[in-house]
Amino acid sequence: MARCFAVSVLTYQLYRPAFLFVSSPSSTAPAIRVQNLSKHYGDLAVVQDVSFELAAGETLVLLGPSGCGKTTLLKMLNRLIEPSAGTVEVNGQDVRAQQPEQLRRGIGYVIQQVGLLPHYTVAENVGIVPRLLGHTPSDIAQRTEALLTRLHLPPERFANQYPQQLSGGQQQRVGLARALTADPPIILLDEPFGALDPITRASIRHEFQELEELRRKTVVLVTHDVVEAFELADRIALLDSGRVQQLGTPRELLFQPANDFVRRFFAAERLGLQLRTLRLADLLPFLSVGPVAPADAPSLPLSATVQEALEYLTNGDTAHSAAIDLATHNIKHQRITINSNDLGAGKYHIDLPQLMAAFGEALQREEAACKL
Amino acid sequence: MQTLTELLTFWQAQAGKLGQQTLEHIGLTAASLLLAVLVGVPVGLLLTRRPRLAPAVLGFTGILQTIPSIALLGFLIPALGIGPKPAIFALFLYSLLPIIRNTLAGVQGVSPAVVEAAKGLGLTDWQILRRVELPLALPVLFAGVRTATVINVGVATLAAYIAAGGLGEFIFGGIALNNPAMILAGAIPAAALALAFDAALAGLQRLSVRRLVRVGGALLVALPLLSGLYLLPRTKGKLLAGFSPEFVGRADGLPGVRNTYHLEVPNVVIAPALVYEAAHNHDVDVIDGYSTDGRIKAYHLRVLRDDRRAFPPYFAAPVVRQRVLAEHPELQPVLEKLAGQINDSVMTELNYRVDYQHEEPRAVALEFLRKRGLWRAPQPVRGATIVLGSKIFSEQYILAEMYAALIRGYTNLDVATKTGLGGTSICFEALRNGAIDLYPEYTGTGLLVLLQPSPATVDSLQGDPKAVYHYVQQGFRRRYGLEWLTPIGFNNTYALLMRQQQAAQLGIASVSDLSRYLRK
Repeated sequence: MARCFAVSVLTYQLYRPAFLFVSSPSSTAPAIRVQNLSKHYGDLAVVQDVSFELAAGETLVLLGPSGCGKTTLLKMLNRLIEPSAGTVEVNGQDVRAQQPEQLRRGIGYVIQQVGLLPHYTVAENVGIVPRLLGHTPSDIAQRTEALLTRLHLPPERFANQYPQQLSGGQQQRVGLARALTADPPIILLDEPFGALDPITRASIRHEFQELEELRRKTVVLVTHDVVEAFELADRIALLDSGRVQQLGTPRELLFQPANDFVRRFFAAERLGLQLRTLRLADLLPFLSVGPVAPADAPSLPLSATVQEALEYLTNGDTAHSAAIDLATHNIKHQRITINSNDLGAGKYHIDLPQLMAAFGEALQREEAACKL
Repeated sequence: MQTLTELLTFWQAQAGKLGQQTLEHIGLTAASLLLAVLVGVPVGLLLTRRPRLAPAVLGFTGILQTIPSIALLGFLIPALGIGPKPAIFALFLYSLLPIIRNTLAGVQGVSPAVVEAAKGLGLTDWQILRRVELPLALPVLFAGVRTATVINVGVATLAAYIAAGGLGEFIFGGIALNNPAMILAGAIPAAALALAFDAALAGLQRLSVRRLVRVGGALLVALPLLSGLYLLPRTKGKLLAGFSPEFVGRADGLPGVRNTYHLEVPNVVIAPALVYEAAHNHDVDVIDGYSTDGRIKAYHLRVLRDDRRAFPPYFAAPVVRQRVLAEHPELQPVLEKLAGQINDSVMTELNYRVDYQHEEPRAVALEFLRKRGLWRAPQPVRGATIVLGSKIFSEQYILAEMYAALIRGYTNLDVATKTGLGGTSICFEALRNGAIDLYPEYTGTGLLVLLQPSPATVDSLQGDPKAVYHYVQQGFRRRYGLEWLTPIGFNNTYALLMRQQQAAQLGIASVSDLSRYLRK
């Protein structure tokens, strides 16, 4: 059985740029505007002269080594830390114009240690902010149930449990639900998956990406995990010693590093990041149209990354592992099909060597482009 | 076994008093705890917000904790008088440290992540304190309350010394009278109270934080109610008497007066050192005292005439172990140098200088010896040490200092002093088992407290000073191998005292007058 992927280019275009252009037409101000923000502790400069603007709906990842100032920067956004200099504007309003508590109630906040109140049930934890905001109990209950369901914590089982009865992953889901209950337009996350084991971490990260709730929101996420940053970010701000070394899309940071620090920072994971950054759409110019696949064959979208295509080709079939396929030289099983109806070219039908060759050529083009 | 029977009999006889004392004890403990929680918890919470103050505050309350309870009560008397006020205040001070410290530790023990998350969600500082930190600190805070409670139940026994009642009344009476059953009659309920409170609070501590919040609220309601117990029982009469524990139980003390005069007066127990002050400060109206006490003069008190001779003669004389006299023949003549030297008024004057003018007993003693030409510079020490004892009041201190100076000046013996040996029984036991070699004792005490002859024998002596002295001298020789030397001269007998002004107003000059007034 061949695996085929049929998704239109249109879908691709809707998918990615969605984050960038959804900002509400009524407000022209960016969701978050940070200007010349600095924080000093005595002589120690933790954050130095950081500026950026974030459109509504955009996801910004603050990335950098330990002690680079990313958490301090995040906490200055909701005034958990007051800056030494510079300004933060949220929806065009200086954050200092509001009571810090009022400000924070409008911004979701998730931390690595979760920090659920141990004497509150899951439902009570999730309902904290709407209660502070004076929502009606029935609204809160409804909202809490909906969120818990969406985060795979069936309310009938979990709502009345206490945090210590939950696993780490479940606690972090509750933490996420708690930040989302009052439906704040902005969510701040400080290493939200940092304390979880790799498997839980991957699954929650996946849920996080899929969560409808988050699609519309402006998200600022702190991490030191490069792969996590590339998977989640629209843009990444790479920090070192309190300064932004480069601010841009993952592709820009990878292929057009601003300085040696940026280059070195990604060196160890370079291939993995390239596989995650380039998408099948980037490979199109280097692929030839293959024979049409069977009608019932699944397909990969153009927006899929090379990494995803590669995973599918090597171990995507649960019934037959890639190793067995290779051993039996079953070529059919090692082909994928890329649907690009809108190009009028029908489906691309490629195998592993073709994928890798096209990937190589696409990489060369990217690197050549950045040398210009 | 015998003690047990005595104990049960005692409880049976004193059931009403036991109940009243237990309620007072609970009341004292609850009132002081309530104050300590009302003050300590806010102070502890303040310290969580101003951690820099913590070492100073905890250090200060820690120092309060190290002050011996008796001393602390003593410090408080000038400011708060006697009675429940200083008792509750002292207990309150003792409770502060565990409550403040545990409040602080409890809040500091709350996970910083929980506090940060709460802050990040938009809870105000006050909301974080009330909804997050305080509830989560409750188990530790309760441990502090538990510690304070157990301390307080124990220390509250001392409240009896300052007329605040409680189970200490039996305990101190028992100690003063060397009556183990009476000591146990107070000590066992006190210990049971401590254990019961401890167990109850330990049970509470195990509850979930959610329930603890409710329990904490309930306790704040319960404590004032329990404190109210204190106010219930005391019966008020026309006059209130304050007696020292020893007087209450001694055959020649309150029981003797009762029998002779049919005197019934509501009374509280007060530490012997405090009875005069209590009368002076109008805390009580009638007290027991000694006829030569300096404070009689200082506080304008009137000695009620013992018109029916309820109190036997109390002539002071040194009581010495016979073996010591035999081993050191030079000792007896030296001790006899004071014989007949001091009369009532001289002794009152000496006592007055120590008790009221706060002169050192030693200085007063030496000055007296110099005036009488008895003083000599100390001889070089060659030989054994004579251990002098004294009871815990000024007259005894002065006499001990006089004997010490005389022994040093006239012999080569060394002198050690063990002063402040509590009541009669402690001094007497110390003398019998050789812990001390001599102490000044009073003939009446020797007769009625130590020898305890049959009432018929006592009656036959008819309060005659010489007869009593001879009887006591013979009895001690035969029974204990102890020797009474020649009396010093003054008669420091028990007396009932009132404020001069009040006594004059009520027309009371003798104990008979007092008894008549009370029965009116």
